[in-house]
Amino acid sequence: MATEPVYEEIAGTCVDSHGSAIGMPQLCFDWFPNQIFWLVITLVVIFLVLSRVALPRIAAILAERQGTITNDLAAAEDLKAKAVEAEEAYNKALADARSEAQRIAAEARAEIQSGLDDAIAKADLEIAAKAAESEKAIADIRAGALESIQVVAKDTAAELVTALGGEADAKAIDSAIDAQTKG
Amino acid sequence: MATETTAAEGSSLVFHPMDQFIVKPLFGDGAIAWYTPTNVTLWLFLAIVAVIGLLVLSTSKRAIVPTRMQSIAELAYGFIYKMLEDICGKEGVKYFPYVMTLFMFIVTANFLGLIPTSFTTTSHFAVTIPLALAVFLTVTILGFVKNGAGFLGLFWVSSAPLALRPILAIIELISYFVRPVSHSIRLAGNVMAGHAVIKVFAGFAAIAVISPVSVLAITAMYGLEVLVAFIQAYVFTILTCVYLKDALHPSH
Repeated sequence: MATEPVYEEIAGTCVDSHGSAIGMPQLCFDWFPNQIFWLVITLVVIFLVLSRVALPRIAAILAERQGTITNDLAAAEDLKAKAVEAEEAYNKALADARSEAQRIAAEARAEIQSGLDDAIAKADLEIAAKAAESEKAIADIRAGALESIQVVAKDTAAELVTALGGEADAKAIDSAIDAQTKG
Repeated sequence: MATETTAAEGSSLVFHPMDQFIVKPLFGDGAIAWYTPTNVTLWLFLAIVAVIGLLVLSTSKRAIVPTRMQSIAELAYGFIYKMLEDICGKEGVKYFPYVMTLFMFIVTANFLGLIPTSFTTTSHFAVTIPLALAVFLTVTILGFVKNGAGFLGLFWVSSAPLALRPILAIIELISYFVRPVSHSIRLAGNVMAGHAVIKVFAGFAAIAVISPVSVLAITAMYGLEVLVAFIQAYVFTILTCVYLKDALHPSH
């Protein structure tokens, strides 16, 4: 170097007396054997380290990770399938329950309807019976009334006949009254 | 580097952008033999440490839910694995450790080189040429072993008109042999150029008036270099995959 002027060296083919390079140090063939020797050693060492230790180890790590990922994915797929299954079962149960409820409701409705029909029929029957009874009562009353009218009319006619000074002929009055009331 | 030049007001403005690439012995300053531990050794060693830290220590817990460092390791693994599988198909996966070694080495070396005052090993042809040659030789040998003479079908473009095929074969042959050259020079050249440019801007910082601009320029260049560090490692790796595909499926 320029700052070290006293540092004299034996000027070689590649380095001048100041320790500076003559031309390109890359082309100094004096150094080639040394560089090549150490390079070969370096490459052999790196190759051995890589092929024996580093690369199998990294390959194992990557394979293991890949395996883990694959397993996890498979497990996730499994769980997903289970979830879908569970959902299906749930939906099915729901549908079943719904149809059951509908069935029960229909049954109840039918039962109620039949009960109602029975009650209505019974009530109709009772009403008919009561109406017949009432009709009979009315007919009785009417018959009773007619008889009473005849009795009253006969009595009244007999009284009238005697009051007018006639002789009350019971037979004639009866037949006359009957003929009058028949119409 | 340039404390003196400030006083000299730029008259002795000196640039030594290539000095950062000098190989020095770690202990003493003798000659550099093939076994000498040098700064190259140190930074290559740190690259090993970084790779181990990134890919081994960070994954030591083997967590299913990764920590930050572990996810970086997994990301790097997945990135290169997918690249290799996309380009070469299933047969290519066998060569994954090899490709991963190249990528991890280049990417860590590039990023370590971005530490100030560090030594960038991948900026040297002495490093990238062996890397590229290794890929070239692997691919060529693998191609012949897997396909026999059928590998030569790579040069025989069967979809072209018959008359053109010999000419295309020559072009294909040349391009095949140029591969390692471009493969290595692309990586070293990119890394070296960026680092040298940063050093040149740093040299300009010695002049007080220019220094703010210089600092800004260094910052911008540094950002670019971070990008380059990754992209060049990526490019080197993807080309390796493409060449490997040629060896596995040579037919056009």
